[in-house]
Amino acid sequence: MSLPEATIQNGTPGRAAAPLMEMQGIKQHYPVHRHLPIGPQKVVKALDGVDLDVRPGETMGVIGESGCGKSTLARVMSGLEKPTEGRVLFRGQDINELKGAEKREMRRNIQLIFQDPFSSLNPRMTVEELVGEPFAIHSEIEPRAGRRNKIRELLELVGLNPDHADRYPHNFSGGQQQRIGIARGIALNPKMLICDEPVSALDVSVRAQIVNLLDTLQKELGLSYLFIAHDLQIVRHISDRVATMYLGKVVELGRYDEVYDRTGHPYTQALLSAAPELRKNDGADRERIVLQGDPPSPIDPPSGCRFHTRCPLAQAMCVDQEPEPVEISGTHAARCHFADTVSAQ
Amino acid sequence: MRTQQTQQPDPAGDHPLLRVRDLDVEFDTSKGIATAVSGMNFTVQRGEALGILGESGSGKSVTARAVMGILDMPPAKVPRGEILLEGEDLLTISAKRHRELVGSRVSMVFQDALTALNPVHPVGRQIGELYRVHRGYSRKDAKAAAIDMMDRVRIPAAASRVNDYPHQFSGGMRQRIVIAMALALDPVLLIADEPTTALDVTVQAQILELLKEQQVERNMGLILITHDISVVKEVTDQVAVMYAGRIVEHGATDEVLNHPGHPYTQGLRASVAGEELKGQRLPAIPGTPPDLLRLPDGCSFANRCPFVTDECLEQVPPLESVGAGRQSACFHTEEVLDHVTA
Repeated sequence: MSLPEATIQNGTPGRAAAPLMEMQGIKQHYPVHRHLPIGPQKVVKALDGVDLDVRPGETMGVIGESGCGKSTLARVMSGLEKPTEGRVLFRGQDINELKGAEKREMRRNIQLIFQDPFSSLNPRMTVEELVGEPFAIHSEIEPRAGRRNKIRELLELVGLNPDHADRYPHNFSGGQQQRIGIARGIALNPKMLICDEPVSALDVSVRAQIVNLLDTLQKELGLSYLFIAHDLQIVRHISDRVATMYLGKVVELGRYDEVYDRTGHPYTQALLSAAPELRKNDGADRERIVLQGDPPSPIDPPSGCRFHTRCPLAQAMCVDQEPEPVEISGTHAARCHFADTVSAQ
Repeated sequence: MRTQQTQQPDPAGDHPLLRVRDLDVEFDTSKGIATAVSGMNFTVQRGEALGILGESGSGKSVTARAVMGILDMPPAKVPRGEILLEGEDLLTISAKRHRELVGSRVSMVFQDALTALNPVHPVGRQIGELYRVHRGYSRKDAKAAAIDMMDRVRIPAAASRVNDYPHQFSGGMRQRIVIAMALALDPVLLIADEPTTALDVTVQAQILELLKEQQVERNMGLILITHDISVVKEVTDQVAVMYAGRIVEHGATDEVLNHPGHPYTQGLRASVAGEELKGQRLPAIPGTPPDLLRLPDGCSFANRCPFVTDECLEQVPPLESVGAGRQSACFHTEEVLDHVTA
């Protein structure tokens, strides 16, 4: 790779560090199936202009309702899908323009963890085969001779008994299956792990174990995470920064405490207030805002601010003018005409 | 039918709305008998909301299905126990009487609204069917009643959407339709099995609000089954915490969740990622729940419990009273209670 790792590591940690990954103006539009080839072609605007960056060693949490584009974001960021428009940069290079060895290297460095651990594991492969599969493609990372030991090491690292390496996925509980998925994800020493709802399918008592595991691995291996979840408390716990998405756009982005405590967008406010636990922890100062209705269709999003149809603060200008991100602090911005008023509440 | 069960429901009698007594449910599997529920005891009064809290495999849904009589038997069987609805044992009454009671006096809301609805019939017809079958309404009256019900669960423009099919509604609206069906025949007891698990947080808040409001308005009994502590806190008065087929703790929701007397409840409560834990490891419960095919001789939570002693490995701790209206199934409840306040 032409971009030396040293520049990134020498950069001042925190705000000034060069991003590991960057998404610039990402749009992802899917055509809607037509029964007859007449009339205008409709498109689902799953992502409609997303700018987001993830810095080395950082966890970027993403929250939002289903259908807001969270999972599409994960697929585009991991290179599984090419965006309709915009660039996805890994260490400054567009991942969709890389070729040959550079592309292999990028693929090795960006890994995904899925929501449903069972359906993401081949039921006919043993744990050893599953965790060893990445090395079959990237044999340069671990030559055949040392592979067995490496697999045992990985299993131990994710808290599984290495003696169970010859068992099949169905012999394990949901939490253990997710550990297998994580072992596969970190096998090739990636830099970036994209976690798409990694704990949503797990039981409450097991969730905390997996969150702790991800935390430990991040510290030991220096990983960056994109962490998508609908459990708002877990996102607060694990994230350095949080992005709120609504109908294919990032509507708020900031440090976790800024987004949770000095919320600048009425949608984030409503989302946070809908979680009973968050409301009670904060005492009486967080009022419950029950949003009416459902999110509008991403085929034909509302004009102006996309949230105006459900927003308790909506004014006439919200219907015609799409708000640009309003800076609330150096690290915190929200796409709302009234971000300053909202965050001051 | 046993003679003592032939008594008719007596409105003047002081039967609780629902009393489940010593209920066991087992499943015959190719690998042996799995004990899904054992020694379950609880009551629900009119106007009371009981939460059943537990993770997958704890027996919470099986309990609900046993009450509704919709367990597949076999493989399931109920070797022991009584399910008394206003004094009538649902397990021993005739099939005819069962049909009269279940669906109208007791009804259920399922987790996945899309699979609970028939995709090839308009929602109005599905709601109206209840009135036609149970109350003998005409088509026209049934449709009017369906529209009325849809209005009451606040589906916008109900009259114009009554002929729409389930796929034309969003997840939250579908769940409202399922709730409308459950409430159509004015049940005295509503069982909601993970009613909001498939929904987004914003929609979850709407549905919980609707359930709570309907329960209070109709003075119904409500059993809310969930794995989510915050949902239980929001809606219920009483909570029963289940682990590996048994109730391990039971009592008033606020007390149980704020001052747990069972190490499992305590673990669940502690592993919620509160604000004060930012940057620290979450206090996770180690290990995984036991295999229902091979339950240990002693307490099923023993292998994950920080308070475990030899006694716990030898015998199952009974569910005993630990103060006003509270029960806990642990030999070390006192210690656990002290631990929380400390």
